[in-house]
Amino acid sequence: MMLRAEWLKFRTVRGWMAGAAAAALIVIGLGVLAATGVTMSCMDGTREVDCPAPPTDTSGRSVADKFTFVHRTLTGDGSLTAKVGHLDGTITYPPPNHDEIVRGVVPWAKAGLMIKDGTSPGADYAAVMVTGAHGVRMQSGFTHDKASSPVREAWLRLTRQGDKITGYVSADGAAWQKIETVRLNDLPTTVRIGLFVTSPSGLTVEENPQGGHAVAARWTQATAEFSRVTPGGGWDETLVGYSDYRTTWEETHPPGHTETGGVVTVAGAGDIGLDTEGGMSVERVLTGVFAGLLPLIVVAALCGTAEFRHGLIRTTLAAMPKPVWISVSQATVVGAVSLVAGLVAVAVTLPMAVRLLEAKKVVVLSVSGPTMLRVALGTALLLSLAGVLAYGVGALLRRSVLAIVAVTALLVAPPILSVTSVLPTELSAWLLRLTPAAAFAIQQSVAAYPQMSRPQTVADGYFPLPPWAGLAVLALWALTAVAAAAWRLNRTRA
Amino acid sequence: MKCRMARPQCGAIRLRAAWRGEWVKLLTGGPGPAVPLLAGLLIVAGGVALGRDAVDPAQLRLLGVRLGQAAVAAAGVQILAGEYGSGLIRATLLAVPRRLDVLAVKAGLLTALVTPVAVLGVGVAVIGLSPDAGMLRAATTSVLHLILVALLGLGVAAVVRSSAAAIGIVLSLLFLMPMLLRMLPDPDWQRVLYRLTPATAVQAITTTVDNSVLPLSPWAALGVVAAWSVGALALGALLLHRRDG
Repeated sequence: MMLRAEWLKFRTVRGWMAGAAAAALIVIGLGVLAATGVTMSCMDGTREVDCPAPPTDTSGRSVADKFTFVHRTLTGDGSLTAKVGHLDGTITYPPPNHDEIVRGVVPWAKAGLMIKDGTSPGADYAAVMVTGAHGVRMQSGFTHDKASSPVREAWLRLTRQGDKITGYVSADGAAWQKIETVRLNDLPTTVRIGLFVTSPSGLTVEENPQGGHAVAARWTQATAEFSRVTPGGGWDETLVGYSDYRTTWEETHPPGHTETGGVVTVAGAGDIGLDTEGGMSVERVLTGVFAGLLPLIVVAALCGTAEFRHGLIRTTLAAMPKPVWISVSQATVVGAVSLVAGLVAVAVTLPMAVRLLEAKKVVVLSVSGPTMLRVALGTALLLSLAGVLAYGVGALLRRSVLAIVAVTALLVAPPILSVTSVLPTELSAWLLRLTPAAAFAIQQSVAAYPQMSRPQTVADGYFPLPPWAGLAVLALWALTAVAAAAWRLNRTRA
Repeated sequence: MKCRMARPQCGAIRLRAAWRGEWVKLLTGGPGPAVPLLAGLLIVAGGVALGRDAVDPAQLRLLGVRLGQAAVAAAGVQILAGEYGSGLIRATLLAVPRRLDVLAVKAGLLTALVTPVAVLGVGVAVIGLSPDAGMLRAATTSVLHLILVALLGLGVAAVVRSSAAAIGIVLSLLFLMPMLLRMLPDPDWQRVLYRLTPATAVQAITTTVDNSVLPLSPWAALGVVAAWSVGALALGALLLHRRDG
């Protein structure tokens, strides 16, 4: 009955329904605007082409999967052992002068042994490798990464037993140390096993005096020598994920492998991991949430203060003897209305904007089904909790202007400041852990991993808290505000 | 009471009476704009805690102005719209029948309140920075900007007469505009709108390194904010005259 009474009050104030509708319309409108504003073009050599969509892994995420693979069939269980060394390479036009091609290896250049479910990009794999500057690693599934000894030359071994793959490392080829065992689900009996080399772009990050940073990328290539490969021989070669285009350097130093006197030399360029550069992340079309929050905050704060301004609170208190339930039912109505506005906004914006982008041949980074659901539902929940927070602060302060400014400063300002200002990275990370703005983490569709070479600060769209933890921070703020408002109402009455 | 002196003197007496009335209301009428002004002071002055480890230390220290402007705008809104909320405006307009006097006196009072807050806040924020020309210019324009934003709040409040709607509009102008403009597909339109709105004013004002990459120079940005404030006040005065006259 109380909920119905509060819903009646909300429904009958025309401005409030208009505010909630405005929030949804702003999110939709800006999503469409964002989608029409983006253009994307790619060069295949000197020819302009539609940007190719990056491959996807078994869970549907966009991944980078480009490397030189020297391989053969492995049926059933088996293993491969090799001494991997002489990791060397080429970096094109690095700083300071950007005028020459130099010899060098980027930190995440990789050379090692791999078991992969076929040779198509995105297929499941597990690999053990030496890297340019991060020692020996065992990696699988594009995001899993385990560090081992910090050397650049080592004996490596990869074994398969059922669906379990185990990586080993040794300094001398006699005493072996296990790195770890990973399980690859649904791995068929017949897979490919072999040697691989790849080398991601060399990056330099330059601080922008106006805030944020600019990242410059340069093409690189790595080579490595594999000796004492056992069992050896019978190699096929696949340039996994390569297009037909070759850089000028590759015309004279083509990717591939040569074998002389039992030593296999492999050259390759590319990367194996999540793809964050090949397209636009899906949450970008939901940027309008920032703008939509403002009418929502205004309306929700007014809901909290209105009864005090008009003296309606006396009637409500007379009708409802338990003041706590007044705050709770009002918060519930505001939260529910905001949730509906949020759900409508997301349900319209996401498919519409993504379709617009596809029509314009703009690549949207693919994410797994559960991640997409989390981004969509989480955004609606964010709007709902923001409404509850603004209601609670309004009912607590009983001054709409103060409540609106306070909630805007706590919820909307921190992400804007951390993206578009010179706020130090460490400080903006703390802001986005402690303020209700932590909740925007729920929209981050690509998770951060330490083995990705690009910067992953707040300004790049990576939040300091995991998605649901961030939303929980907002929920805690909202609950506290409503509880404090209820407490104050109770005290006033007593 | 009828004034029997020459016109300018009459005007002065009228305004002085209205001015006293405003002070009485301010001192007796609850916290009023004191809370947002205090908050603004703390936020702007809080910039001093940000250190100086940046390419542009002045811009870093004056980050508080970006948030604090919301608080002083709230003070501007509240000094007028608060009266609409409580119904006090009826008494005010009865006591001071000339609508323009009410607005002028309120604008004067607001300036008198915000100026020390802005000077103190910005002064504390830039303590310890080397007082070169760029830093002094950034500090001065920041103080002026805070005063102008408070007046913008007052003007918008006079136009819409509701405190919640007024603060919503001002916050949209200050915080959401930059974000919206960045999403515009047409770069030409984008540049024009960047120059015509207060969207990036604080950035232009507080930057002391590489100003030329920004769409507006510091003083031009301040001019844009001033134009918006004066425009809002003029529209507010016109509407106050017409509507509540």
